[in-house]
Amino acid sequence: MADPMRIRAQAAGSKINVRVLMSHEMESGQRKDVNGAPIPAWHIQEVSATHNGVEVLNAEWGPGVSKNPYLQFTVKNGKAGDKINVTWKDNKGESRTDEATVS
Amino acid sequence: MQTRREVLKRSGVVAALLLGAGLLPGAALAYQKNAFEAKSFEDAFKALGLPMPVESAEVMLTAPDIAENGAVVPMTMASSLSGVKKMLLLVEKNPSPLIAQFMVNAAVDIQYQTRAKMGESCDVYAVAVMADGKTFFARKEVKVTLGGCGG
Amino acid sequence: MSTAIFSRSAWLVVAMCGAGAVWAQKTASDSIAEYRAMLQDGNPADLFEAKGEDLWKQARGPKKVTLEQCDLGKGPGVVNGVWVELPRYFTDTQQVQDLESRLLTCMETLQGFDAPTIRNTPYGKGEQANITALATWVASQSKGMAFKLPQAHAEEKRLFELGRQLFYYRAGSHDFSCATCHGQDNKRIRLQDLPNLTTNAGAGLGFGAWPAYRVSNGQMWGMQLRLNDCYRQQRFPYAQFGAEAGIALSVFIGVTARGVETTAPSIRR
Repeated sequence: MADPMRIRAQAAGSKINVRVLMSHEMESGQRKDVNGAPIPAWHIQEVSATHNGVEVLNAEWGPGVSKNPYLQFTVKNGKAGDKINVTWKDNKGESRTDEATVS
Repeated sequence: MQTRREVLKRSGVVAALLLGAGLLPGAALAYQKNAFEAKSFEDAFKALGLPMPVESAEVMLTAPDIAENGAVVPMTMASSLSGVKKMLLLVEKNPSPLIAQFMVNAAVDIQYQTRAKMGESCDVYAVAVMADGKTFFARKEVKVTLGGCGG
Repeated sequence: MSTAIFSRSAWLVVAMCGAGAVWAQKTASDSIAEYRAMLQDGNPADLFEAKGEDLWKQARGPKKVTLEQCDLGKGPGVVNGVWVELPRYFTDTQQVQDLESRLLTCMETLQGFDAPTIRNTPYGKGEQANITALATWVASQSKGMAFKLPQAHAEEKRLFELGRQLFYYRAGSHDFSCATCHGQDNKRIRLQDLPNLTTNAGAGLGFGAWPAYRVSNGQMWGMQLRLNDCYRQQRFPYAQFGAEAGIALSVFIGVTARGVETTAPSIRR
């Protein structure tokens, strides 16, 4: 079971600034191990987020995104107490969902 | 007057183009593996079924001038255009230039920040894909250094 | 008469420097500072901090006990402010210990873990990874505080002296000492500025940064690993986890950093 994400969702005026840190190797598949064998690609492919249950973000990522990825986006209308959920799914089929309450 | 076969063929081509451009509505599309595995900037656009982009001041890209280490380079892309369907992030000289694509959603500002790996100094692109299939870019050169042994 | 001429040429020098500054482009150092600033928000060290906090409160080890009674220098369970007073002398072990070796002591005595095994576990693996996460969290609980390592006990003073000697001790195939890289101002290796660890400001910068998340390898490094890697670069023998040499150097640098605010956990190349 993957390590939890760190989600910070802060109300700023009528907007919500969402910042996410995900724990993931994001192995590109380009690297080789000490014996010269390629290390298989292992990375997040899909990221989505909901605001009070409604989808607000949908993205596809490739192996070029950095390890322990950072994501920031801004929801146009929201307030403290709202719920932000973020989900990632990787190429091995593993996934993780975490929730944060807007502060 | 088109034959039924011609109509089907044409709509098949259109569907393929729409699929490639990520414009088909409804159920989630399969992960666009071909685009993420494309080995050049041009090939990524081909795989996405998109025309090569044209520069626009209404697409914005923020990235550092120099990245101390290419493993983590922060990038923010945004657009003030209306009718944007999705935003693409590309690193020109990476083994696979397409880094990410974000489907634009009316509930969220067209502004996304993430961090990408850069294999070497080169241009980074933010691309806005419009509903009508047109594409516009902003570009920034980022120098990547290996850095020293400490710090 | 001579004073007037002096003043005039002095003014000229100042004016030229001023003109030069106006024309100067953004230096590489400025750009690197900008890059680092862009990464401050959303430091992946946060992930390790969160993990560390969980580990502190989790009942683990053969004794299935949490670390919540661990004494890091200010009494059992006190985490706030301990980071800026370490390394320090502990009466129960009769040794000066740094954060990581002290965490290992608690894991051994409270939770029943086997210390020698963990000491020999490679950094980043198994329980060593957990020590790093714990250290990251504990350090974060002193954010904004100034270093004030104690020098009251005879052992603390002895280790300060030992640390100072080791800092200047040239050895190994390359005749390197810590001072070779860290003993002067304005030195760098390629684009990496090297803090002068013999000055208060430099020591604060260097000592206060670790544990740090290293973007180059996506790893979290505590001070033990940082020193171990310095020794590797100096072609010194492998520095065992918790060895007196490392603790002594930490005491020397940490005491020199007195009054400087800690920035750990930080982000580094």
